[in-house]
Amino acid sequence: MSRRKSISRRALLESMLAGGLGAALLPFKGLAMAAPDITKRIPSSGEALPLVGLGSWITFNVGNDRRALNSCADVVRAFFAAGGRLIDSSPMYGSSQATIGYALNKLGDPETLFAADKVWTSSAARGPTQIEQSRRHWDVRAFDLLQVHNLRAWERHLDLLFGMKDEGRLRYVGVTTSHGRRHGDLERIMKRHPLDFVQMTYNASHRAVERRLLPLARERGIAVIANRPYDGGRLIRRAKREVLPSWAAEIGAANWPEFLLKFVVSHPAVNCAIPATTQVVHVRENMRASSGLLPDQATRRRMAAHIRQL
Amino acid sequence: MSEWMTYRLSDFLMFSPSTYFRQFELYNADVWPAHIMTLTLGAACLWLSRQPIAAPQRALPAILAGCWLWVAWGYLYTRYATINWAASYFAGAFVLQAILLFLVGTFGKKLEFGGSIQRAQKAGIAIFLIAMIVQPLIGVIAGRPWVEAEVFGLAPNPTVAATLGLLLAARRWRWELFVIPALWCGIDGATRLAMEAPDFWVMPVVAILVIGLAAAAAIDRRRAARQL
Ligand SMILES: NC(=O)c1ccc[n+]([C@@H]2O[C@H](COP(=O)([O-])OP(=O)(O)OC[C@H]3O[C@@H](n4cnc5c(N)ncnc54)[C@H](OP(=O)(O)O)[C@@H]3O)[C@@H](O)[C@H]2O)c1
Repeated sequence: MSRRKSISRRALLESMLAGGLGAALLPFKGLAMAAPDITKRIPSSGEALPLVGLGSWITFNVGNDRRALNSCADVVRAFFAAGGRLIDSSPMYGSSQATIGYALNKLGDPETLFAADKVWTSSAARGPTQIEQSRRHWDVRAFDLLQVHNLRAWERHLDLLFGMKDEGRLRYVGVTTSHGRRHGDLERIMKRHPLDFVQMTYNASHRAVERRLLPLARERGIAVIANRPYDGGRLIRRAKREVLPSWAAEIGAANWPEFLLKFVVSHPAVNCAIPATTQVVHVRENMRASSGLLPDQATRRRMAAHIRQL
Repeated sequence: MSEWMTYRLSDFLMFSPSTYFRQFELYNADVWPAHIMTLTLGAACLWLSRQPIAAPQRALPAILAGCWLWVAWGYLYTRYATINWAASYFAGAFVLQAILLFLVGTFGKKLEFGGSIQRAQKAGIAIFLIAMIVQPLIGVIAGRPWVEAEVFGLAPNPTVAATLGLLLAARRWRWELFVIPALWCGIDGATRLAMEAPDFWVMPVVAILVIGLAAAAAIDRRRAARQL
């Protein structure tokens, strides 16, 4: 919904993604943008999304610095070029939304964009104004997904978001949490409300959500976005100091970013991970986790054990 | 466990260190050569504080108030607030401090300088001079490029440190004028600590030193007065 101007390349892409519960192969070439060869479907709609999205906390909060804005636009360009779609932001992230808007304009409004933003205010009355401000910063017609950030005033904001969805002004509704906080509340909300998406922290060193939340998401048909897939950068920095195990090749992981991200996105309940980065080389590395093979359960256990030892 | 206990200081940092310090580079380039003017104003403050009569001394808090107002607008509100939404509140606090400086010092004539120079006054002048001359170089010592230098009257830290120095150098301490500068020192220390900047300790140490020296000297004075 964010930038559809005609029957888009995305619609074409989706129509070709027939069948398959989990991964689907994209056989066509010749598009300006590379298509990631693994996608997962959003349970509530069947729409396919690549396994890796793009976060924007800290990395895109660069104010009015033109040099930094252009460098962020390069990251976004590399993201789309590698077949990326979902970009996540929030009014809490300083100038990040405006940076995304700058990049999208510079790139000519990629139609494959899946715009995911949040509402973050304790005042229910301010919700609509904040969402409109965010939309202006992104300079999109509408968001694809709006999430209640950190469950802040969630009851009132969910009413608003479900209302927007009913009116056709929004495609998906979600809630977010992070750092393992408020899992009890999240569980209750997931049980009681018809959410399309839920966002939570999940990575190889923070696996608490495997116990209840991820199985519940599967059971309830809620798509999961994994935030902080590198634990805010700590995990990848630590991993990159070590040699990648030789058996990583078995799951098609040529480097640590692929290894860590494939661990996250190979969980059956997880739809995508949203690493943030300031660097084009990093976004390219990250996007590679959206193609090739995915580890099976036994390999995931082996991966987790290996990461614990790092 | 309360939810707040799960937060680390770094969780509150919403920008990268490079973005934060690059703001000073862009700011310096935009306002140059205002640095010469603000440093001249700083030198004028020092000269005014040494004048024997009260009238010129009243210009001193007015100059300081002007600097606080400029930092509130020129840096905190129009620049820092683009990457930190809390900065507009900091700007409000800086405006409040400017008003206080003007009301207490210039309008109320309650900030007097001169007279016999005690240890605390000497330390106050030394801190003022450090804020003017050494503080812009601290970034370079910490490994940052000189173009990111933070200068008195333009950037918050040297402005706050110089103000604290002059407040300490006054004949009588107006405690209400210490509150906002001391709070800023805490905020700056926490921000730089979260950014792992090697100079994170500078502003908290300035605040502790100034308030500690003023408090110790105030206690001494009270004791001496009782013995009379
Ligand atoms: N409550 C919420 O809703 C919530 C909370 C937290 C996060 N989130 C979302 O989730 C996103 C991701 O979380 P996050 O940004 O906190 O942490 P993250 O994605 O786990 O880590 C980001 C860090 O990883 C580094 N990095 C990325 N790719 C790399 C690579 N290939 N090699 C080496 N380093 C790499 C980045 O540094 P470089 O810049 O050097 O690449 C950056 O410092 C956020 O941006 C935000 O959109 C939402």
